[in-house]
Order: sequence, then structure tokens, then C-alpha cells
Amino acid sequence: MKRLDWTLIVVAICVLPAAVAAPFFVGYYTSEVLILFMINLILVCSYRILTTTGDWSLSHVVMMGVGAYATAMLTKHLGLSILLTVPLSACIAALVGLLMVIPLIRTRGFGFFIASFALGEFVRLVWVKFREPFGGPRGMIGIPSGELGSIDFFDPLPYYFFVLTVALICLFVMYRLDRSRIGKTFKAIYTDEGLAESIGIDVPHYRALAFVTGTFFAGVAGSLLAHRLGAIDPKAFDVNTMVYLIIWIVVGGAATFWGPIIGLVVMTFAFEWSRPLLEWRPLLFGGILIFFLVALPGGLEGLLSTIRDRLVPKRRPAEAAAKEAGE
Amino acid sequence: MDLPTLIQTIANSVVAGSVYAVIAVGLAMAFGVMKMANFAHGEFFMAGAYVVYVFYGLLGWPFPAAVLMAIPIVGAMGVATERLIFWPTRNNVLAGFMATAGLAFMLQVLVGQTWGVGLMRSVPTPYMGAMDLAGTRVGWQRVLVIPSAIAMLTALWFFLYKVKAGKALRACAQDPETARLQGININSMTMLAMAISGASAGLAGALMAPIQPVTPYMGHAVILTAFIVVVMGGMESIAGAVLAAMLLGFVHTFVTTVSDAVTAQMVGVACMALVLVVRPQGLLGRVKA
Repeated sequence: MKRLDWTLIVVAICVLPAAVAAPFFVGYYTSEVLILFMINLILVCSYRILTTTGDWSLSHVVMMGVGAYATAMLTKHLGLSILLTVPLSACIAALVGLLMVIPLIRTRGFGFFIASFALGEFVRLVWVKFREPFGGPRGMIGIPSGELGSIDFFDPLPYYFFVLTVALICLFVMYRLDRSRIGKTFKAIYTDEGLAESIGIDVPHYRALAFVTGTFFAGVAGSLLAHRLGAIDPKAFDVNTMVYLIIWIVVGGAATFWGPIIGLVVMTFAFEWSRPLLEWRPLLFGGILIFFLVALPGGLEGLLSTIRDRLVPKRRPAEAAAKEAGE
Repeated sequence: MDLPTLIQTIANSVVAGSVYAVIAVGLAMAFGVMKMANFAHGEFFMAGAYVVYVFYGLLGWPFPAAVLMAIPIVGAMGVATERLIFWPTRNNVLAGFMATAGLAFMLQVLVGQTWGVGLMRSVPTPYMGAMDLAGTRVGWQRVLVIPSAIAMLTALWFFLYKVKAGKALRACAQDPETARLQGININSMTMLAMAISGASAGLAGALMAPIQPVTPYMGHAVILTAFIVVVMGGMESIAGAVLAAMLLGFVHTFVTTVSDAVTAQMVGVACMALVLVVRPQGLLGRVKA
């Protein structure tokens, strides 16, 4: 723990000043895009926590929706401050995640994928069915933007800094988690479940932990989203949105913490540039998804590390030799 | 619920169950051989409906000919999917599944841009009138679904159990390694499985075209139901898929009649969660050694 984490320091030095300065140089529209980008950043990093154990859930966007609906209820019925709604919504999402994980943990791999799809759909159908209190298919409107003292978060600039602060805290926690013993345990489960079990890792416990932790941060993202949009509906959290989340993580790669972030940055640009081709966008994104899965399974991150290995071939000769001998 | 309503609901359940069976059998078949999980199966169903819309609704072919056209066309789409997506990703079930989610997006856009998104394409009903059934009436168009499903399932059974290629397909599903040792070409077997899978989805879509509104997004509702059926039936078991399809047909139709369609979907999902918890291998699934 005493050792300095240079990657983190370099990223902090390069990115932080840019993130703080950015809203003063860009227009109204771009700062809205940046707010959504940071919310998506929390979402995609939280999704990676689940995938490190090998559990690709299809309900993650629905769990973000749980956070959003929780925020809508907490602000509209109880009138809570935004400082309370964000953590409380995240806790509620985590609680729903805890309930869902009980049947989910009994499935593995592909079964998990399908079961999470179905359970997520169940939660979504609950919103569609009950007009009271969830607003039925039309959703909920008039969610306050929130305020802090005399600062009104309806203005994009203060909300930008609020989201930036929350995102930085969340990302830092998720980054530390990824590097911690728990994060390594998650990866051990993915690499070899039987081996992990044989050295005394309680696999179901850790898989549930990963799911609930990921759900918690998805709840944070959902809460921030609800405050920004002011209106939410069940359609926004359906499987199509989930496929976009999968596209980010597939394009970036899920092997390291930075992969999904690369994917999100690239696909956010692609999303904005494809605005004139609105109707054709799913075709484009579907094509990108297929291309990456078929031709570049490691994602852009895998491509980058391949290029790096080509450019610096003898970086760690002993390790490379051991790897070759192993294969 | 009075007697005529009950009979009506039972008749509707059998029709719904038959359609689910035809759709889900294809999904289970592809998953059984080489673990191909096709998220675009619902879009294949949609494609089948559009084949009928084009050949019967626009070009004025006779309805049975249009339905028969759906089988080779959507079957060919299945083969193309196998070659371009499932074969390169055959080591990773999830990758193939996610890639077909991308394919579903693409098919929706292509169909929507070709024939329009906004207006529903309603296909005129080829068989008017209704069958009298103990005081209730069931439209002929719906009744037609049942013998078609039975014919299709019988043909499939005959193929799998009596024809050599079908036996080879079953051998592949049981143990690909051993099947290869017997000189079975796995490569062509996976293509065959996807051809049958696509054909069954296309046939179901074609039969439902005059009953359901034909839209680019009609596959969406189908895919969840199909996966519930397949998971309940035991993923790879074709008999299990048929059994689960019938059960779900009854559950969906009865709950829809008593309550509403959203509740029916919720009950269906709950049934699946229950099966996963109590019997993870599915109703008729085998436990893998």
C-alpha cells in the first residue's frame, strides 16, 4: 500500500485540470454531453466489477433504473436533498441487487446472462404495470434537479462539478477495489473457478459481492441521471440501452480498469458524430459490436497492448520466455 | 370464468403454445449443437413475417406459397449468421450471443428503412371465418397454426430420429468430439442446425403475420418468451422446449385473460426464475457429467 500508484498519479495530473477547465471553454450542449459522459463512466466502470468475476449481467441498466426510480420517489414524496438521494438510491439499488442475486447465483455463464435478462425485465415490467407509484409505461416526470444551499443544479455548470466530484469518488473507490485483495479474488474466480474454490475462496459469496457492489454504483449513476433528466420511463432502461453498455465495454475491452473507459470515450465520439444518421445508428453500432467480437475480442485495449508489445518487444525477456514456454 | 370463455381461452392457449413451440425448438436446436445462442432469433421471426408481407401482401402470391418461401429465406439467414458470427466466435458462447444482439439491431434498422417504421404493415387475412367450437368461435387463421406446428414438429422429429443426417446432428449435440471421431463433419452440422433454427423462426413468423401487427420491432417480445421457454425446457432439450412452450402458452393466455398482458409476462419470468432455482437443468434437461 505504501508504493505509489504511478498510473493513477499520471492520469490524475493529466485529466483533472482538463476536467475542471472543460465546462468553461465549451458550450451549453457540450457540457450536457460531458455530464452524461461522466454518468456513463460510473455505469460502465461499475459494470466491469461484475464482469471481472465472469458474470456478464443483462440487468445492469435496469439496476441503474432502480436508482433513478428510487431518486424520483425520494425527491417527489419525501423531498430529500440531493446529498441524501444519491447515496440512498444507491443503497436501494444494492438492496434490490441483493434480492436478485439469490436466484442468479445458482446459474453460471450463459445461464446467468439469460436469467439476469429475465429478472431485469421483471423489474422493468413492475414499473410498467403499476401506475401508482411508478407512473406506468409513461414513467415519472417532474423530478427536481436538486440544489445545494443556494446553488441550483438546474444550471449545467454547478451540476457538472457535482457530478465530477461524485464520479471521481466512485471511480477512485472502484479503482482501489479493483487493485485490492477483493478485486484480485474476483479475477481469480473468472480465471479458474474450481482452483479458486480449492484454495478456500467462497465463490458464491464473492460473486454476490461483485454483483451487489456493481449494482450500488449503477444506482449512483441512475440517481445522477434522474436528477439531470427530470423525467424517466421504463423504456429508457430496456435491453437496447443494455446493448449500448455492452458495446462500450466490448469496444474498450474488459481486461483492465482502463479498457471500458477507452471504449466509452471512443463510442461517445462515435455517438455524437453519427447524429445526422440517427435512424441508421443501431445498424452502425450493431456492426461495430459484431466487428469487435469477431475480429478484435480483446477490444481497443487489447489492440493497444499488442501494438505496445510489438514496439517494445524485449520489455521483460524472462517473462515473455516463460509465457512462450508455457504455451 | 364461464364455460365459453374457458373453452375460448384453452383454444387460444393451444395456439399460443404451438407458436412458442415452433420458435423455441429452433433456439434449443442451435444451442444444443455447438452452443449457439441466437439473440436475433426474434428478428428471424420478424423476417419470416416480412417475407409473407412482401410475397403475399405486396406481390399477391397465394398465402401458402408465401409461407413456404419464408422457410428457405430465413433458413439461409440462419446459415449466414452461423458462417459470419457463430463460427468465428465458437469458443465463447457469450461473444456469439452479444454479436447476434448487434445483428438484431442491424436487421431492425434494415427492415425499418426498407419498408418503413411508423405504420404497422397489416397483412390481409387469407382465411376468413371462424371455427365453431362448443359455442365459441376461433378464427381459421388461428386454427391453421396448430396443424402447421404439428406438421413442422413431426417433420423435425422424423428428420432427427430417422434420417442419417438428423442422427448425426443429435450425435453432435451429445458429444462433438466423439461425433467427429465417427467421421461427422461438425462444420456442416452447425450450418445445418442454424438452417433449421432459422427456418423454424421464419415459419412461425410467417404463420403469425396475418394475426399480429407486422413491425420491425415485433421480434422483441418474442425473444424473451423464447428464452424463457428454452431455459425452462432445459436449454438443449427439444422435447423440453415443446413441453415448456405448451405450459407457457397456457400460463400466458390464462393470466392475460384474467388480468393483463404485462402481468402475464411477469408470471412467465417468475416461472423461469423458479425453475432455475429449483431445477437449474430445466424440466427435461440432463445434468451434464
